Amino acid sequence: MSSASLTQREASLADFPPVPETRAGFWYIGVIAAAAWFTAAIVIGGMPDIDDFERTDMLSHIAAALAGLLLVLAIGERLFRFTIPAKLRGIGPWLLFLAAALTAWELVTAKYPLLPRPFFASPQALLEVFTDDYPRLGDSVWNSVRLLAGGYVIGAAAGFALGVAIGWSRAIGYWAHPVLRLIGPLPATAWLPIAFFAFPSSHSASTFLIALATGFPVTVLTWSGVAGVNKAFYDVARTMGASQRFLVLKVAIPAAMPSVFVGLFMGLGASFSVLVVAEMMGVKSGLGWYLQWAQGWAAYANMYAALLVMALMCTGLITLLFRLRDRLLAWQKGLVQW
Amino acid sequence: MVSSNLAEQHGAVGASIDVHDVSHRFDLDGRTLPVLNRVSLRIQSGELVSLLGPSGCGKSTLLRLVAGLETPTVGRIEADGETITRPDPSRVVMFQDPTLYPWRTVKANVSLGLEARGLLRRQGHRVDEALKLVGLAHFASAYPHQLSGGMAQRVSLARALVNDPKLLLLDEPLGKLDSMTRMTMQQELVSLWQRTGFTSLLVTHDVEEALFMSNRVIVLSDRPAAIKADIAVDLPFPRHRGDPRLAELRREILGLLGLDADW
Repeated sequence: MSSASLTQREASLADFPPVPETRAGFWYIGVIAAAAWFTAAIVIGGMPDIDDFERTDMLSHIAAALAGLLLVLAIGERLFRFTIPAKLRGIGPWLLFLAAALTAWELVTAKYPLLPRPFFASPQALLEVFTDDYPRLGDSVWNSVRLLAGGYVIGAAAGFALGVAIGWSRAIGYWAHPVLRLIGPLPATAWLPIAFFAFPSSHSASTFLIALATGFPVTVLTWSGVAGVNKAFYDVARTMGASQRFLVLKVAIPAAMPSVFVGLFMGLGASFSVLVVAEMMGVKSGLGWYLQWAQGWAAYANMYAALLVMALMCTGLITLLFRLRDRLLAWQKGLVQW
Repeated sequence: MVSSNLAEQHGAVGASIDVHDVSHRFDLDGRTLPVLNRVSLRIQSGELVSLLGPSGCGKSTLLRLVAGLETPTVGRIEADGETITRPDPSRVVMFQDPTLYPWRTVKANVSLGLEARGLLRRQGHRVDEALKLVGLAHFASAYPHQLSGGMAQRVSLARALVNDPKLLLLDEPLGKLDSMTRMTMQQELVSLWQRTGFTSLLVTHDVEEALFMSNRVIVLSDRPAAIKADIAVDLPFPRHRGDPRLAELRREILGLLGLDADW
């Protein structure tokens, strides 16, 4: 056997023939969804309101515009041979459902007095909050994100460093483990009275609480990730002359990253709840405060609007985290899609 | 030939290994488990020696001691006259599992040894040479989960060779491959060893593999392992699997292992 055998099996991924492109058929769901949105627009704009609502026409126009856009896309795709993004096609049934839901909601709150007001706000009342109170809402989002980001980054960084240290060093583990076991499971909100008393400002107290809530899961999962690294990975690096520093930075940490991201995800969830509680209890800004404030004025539409914005903010931040993970852990198989 | 210049260029010379009366034991929950019992062994520079023995007899432990990953409880091991106290890049291990880092591409995995010693910038071209040597140059940017078992083990081989080892320690590296891939890789390892001149210690439980590949076969007893026999395989390379002399030696070794009855 000559050395040729060592090179004979070279092949490349480019050897495979290209897959022919297939065109999707006419977007029927898109047309049906357009009809549903058009119906919603007629119901909203055509039927008389039971009260003075400021934004009925605007809501009707938005629904009509959406209907028109869907219709243009579905018909235009056939006529001008462009391609609707698969993602948009995929949400067709959801667009249909949302139109139906909006119509039903409109009917029971704005057209017929079926649900007790003001607890059940009409769609146009919500729209009015967004059009009239957006400066205050926007300001609240900005303050919430700023407070959250400060606490989260501090907590995540400290948790990561502590987790690596506990996972790597027996001595640090010996002292840190019992403390972590005692303090960690305590809900961060339990510290609230002490924190607001001990810190100079409610902002710094809240930052501390958010960092605490984030830090615990990040620490535990980083530690578990580092402790769970395949020992053979260290053997391989050691036989090739790796230093301790190399073993930590280039072996332990990258191997632990999938687990670290689980910790970051759990920490983010925990930080949301601390954020809202802190804003309701002491911080005079942010979405939590807005909710509290709206409730004080019995402005239920504002509450629902703030809840909706809060949900969008939270899901947006989690999406951001998952995008980051997808970039960093592209080498992993079978990632959960958010 | 492109594929053979890696070692010639860097002039690897095989290390000679002396195992002096080594005994080793593990401490498991307060109990001691003896694994090696007074093993003495001399491996000449450039030899390919197989350690053959029943499963769990301690042959992999002996290999880990030679690698410097552990220190023997009693006795000492020397490489070129110097006592082995810790791992060294001149003695590289290829394990039964490829143990590639899943977060690194094939190329970055092969770069590992050079990177760990800060040589990557100056000697990075050796990474490509090693990949070419094992026939995976086109897969440089693939991730380990995209490779088959045989390909992963080739990458593991390239990762070892890039360090220009004087001693290549093979810990059942072909044990988990399918039989056809295994036979091909046995031939490739032998031809590589012949061309480069490193010393090699192969741990295996496959009698045919040991006979096909090595100059000498060391037969070990059950745990704690002691050397039962040191059999020279006096045949030139490349060998033929059907050689009657190999069959004869095979019968002898199976006899030593107490397996001749069902042969």
